[in-house]
Amino acid sequence: MSAPLKHFVPLARLLHWLMALMIIAMLFIGAGMVASVSERHEWLIHLHKPLGIAILLLVILRLGVRFSTSQPPLPADLPSWQALAAKASHVLLYALMLILPLLGWAMISASGEPVMLSSSFQLPSIVSANAQVFAFLRKAHGYLAYLLFLTVLVHLAAALFHGWVRRDEVLDSMLRGKDRG
Amino acid sequence: MVDRSPSPGRPRPPLSGASLALRFGGIAVIVAALAGAFAYVNGTLDPQRLKPKDLVNVLETNNGVHPGFRRNHSKGVCVAGYFESSSEARSLSSAQVFNEAQTPVVGRFALPAGNPYAADSSVPIRSMALRFTQANGQQWRTGMNSMPVFPVGTPEAFYQLQKAQSPDPATGKPDPKAVPAFFGSHPEAGPFLAWIKTAKPSASYATETYNSVNAFYLVNAAGQRQAVRWSMTPLAVDAAGAVAPEGTDFLEKDLIQRLSAGPLRWQLNITLANPGDPINDASKAWPEGRKVINAGTLVLRSSHPQNDGECRDINYDPLVLPSGIEGSDDPLLAARSAGYANSYLRRTSEVDQLPAAKQESAK
Repeated sequence: MSAPLKHFVPLARLLHWLMALMIIAMLFIGAGMVASVSERHEWLIHLHKPLGIAILLLVILRLGVRFSTSQPPLPADLPSWQALAAKASHVLLYALMLILPLLGWAMISASGEPVMLSSSFQLPSIVSANAQVFAFLRKAHGYLAYLLFLTVLVHLAAALFHGWVRRDEVLDSMLRGKDRG
Repeated sequence: MVDRSPSPGRPRPPLSGASLALRFGGIAVIVAALAGAFAYVNGTLDPQRLKPKDLVNVLETNNGVHPGFRRNHSKGVCVAGYFESSSEARSLSSAQVFNEAQTPVVGRFALPAGNPYAADSSVPIRSMALRFTQANGQQWRTGMNSMPVFPVGTPEAFYQLQKAQSPDPATGKPDPKAVPAFFGSHPEAGPFLAWIKTAKPSASYATETYNSVNAFYLVNAAGQRQAVRWSMTPLAVDAAGAVAPEGTDFLEKDLIQRLSAGPLRWQLNITLANPGDPINDASKAWPEGRKVINAGTLVLRSSHPQNDGECRDINYDPLVLPSGIEGSDDPLLAARSAGYANSYLRRTSEVDQLPAAKQESAK
């Protein structure tokens, strides 16, 4: 058996950091646009929709990479509750990355508005127009976005805990491709 | 991810208590900074910022909450028909609505008030909202009013005007001096106040002219942009002296009666701005003498009570626009879009609380 992988493969690391930037930007854009009546509301919404679809496409690619490559294992001495929390939070992150863009797409569909990614590029509606369905999807989109933000904060805190307090290989496995000197 | 590494990695010297505290502190600071930035952006840490929910809350404070109804322009009626384009707007806009012969329309007439049971004679303004659904799936939504200009030019001033009409917590009634004081400090409301002095509640939705009030851009295939405002001008005009009858609900009855006799028509007049005309201020009229084109005819053939009509679930957001029409930098447009979205979420969450529709329809 070959030695266990110590670092995520380069494509996985690229997707992780690219999507980290996009998702954090997306969370701030979403929170800002629903709390603004100025022109900012307009231009943020015009960023939010195509960025959301880009995240949806990237997360599909990323899930493919995730299941077709091997991952560095967690440290053997990690307490089992932390290992379980790591697994559960990663499942939650992937689920929310996938569900939130779909909810956004579905809620606009349910409102009866055309799903426009630019002034002329239109996506098909994935849900038929229905006010009550819209209200449910719109609220789910908002609440789950807050859940994603909280999960991202926990993920960030845990990564820094690994890097700064436990000083194990976990943070390094996503930061770089080679061991430190 | 629960696979464990077979080797525990390089052994590390234990951290001192101070170093450990510093490291945990650093993590806490980074997480708190990100959470704080988020709380600023979502408005929690920026209470001074005018937010969409503030616009809708003040309407609810002034008018009461009527579950399931729009928070403004609450009383209305659904209509349906189509738009027949002329050829005149084709050189100005690439929008399909101006280039196809016919485009289906679902619309709504309403009273600009926040109470769905307001008397039709209580407001001298009527509104018309339209959704044009183009063959290519894009939509043009517009909400127009029978006034020529808006009282104020910014969402902040609109909010202050609503606040001036809010009940005083001490007396339960609005302060009678608050609205005059507001207008005293908002000279931009002059044109609106001059107009409303002579405005009378009309007896019919069918005889009113409805204005976009805000400015937009028409964009043609070459990418040239022309600032415009538009109006729907009725082709049916009543005999002089027609006045609003007694009663609270004459508008919908009148509409049903007229539609049973035949379709109602409006001409879409598009006014082209001259260079220098105010594009970003809906409180200012454009001078006379601007070029006006006739872009086509709106034909309305049927009406339906709003509580279960097709218009009920349409948010007439003025920034839902097809390719070929763009919003201007009028700050009221973005505020309308943001405020309507907030109202739309509230009322679509309450659809099951609407009273069952009892009124008749005109088919």
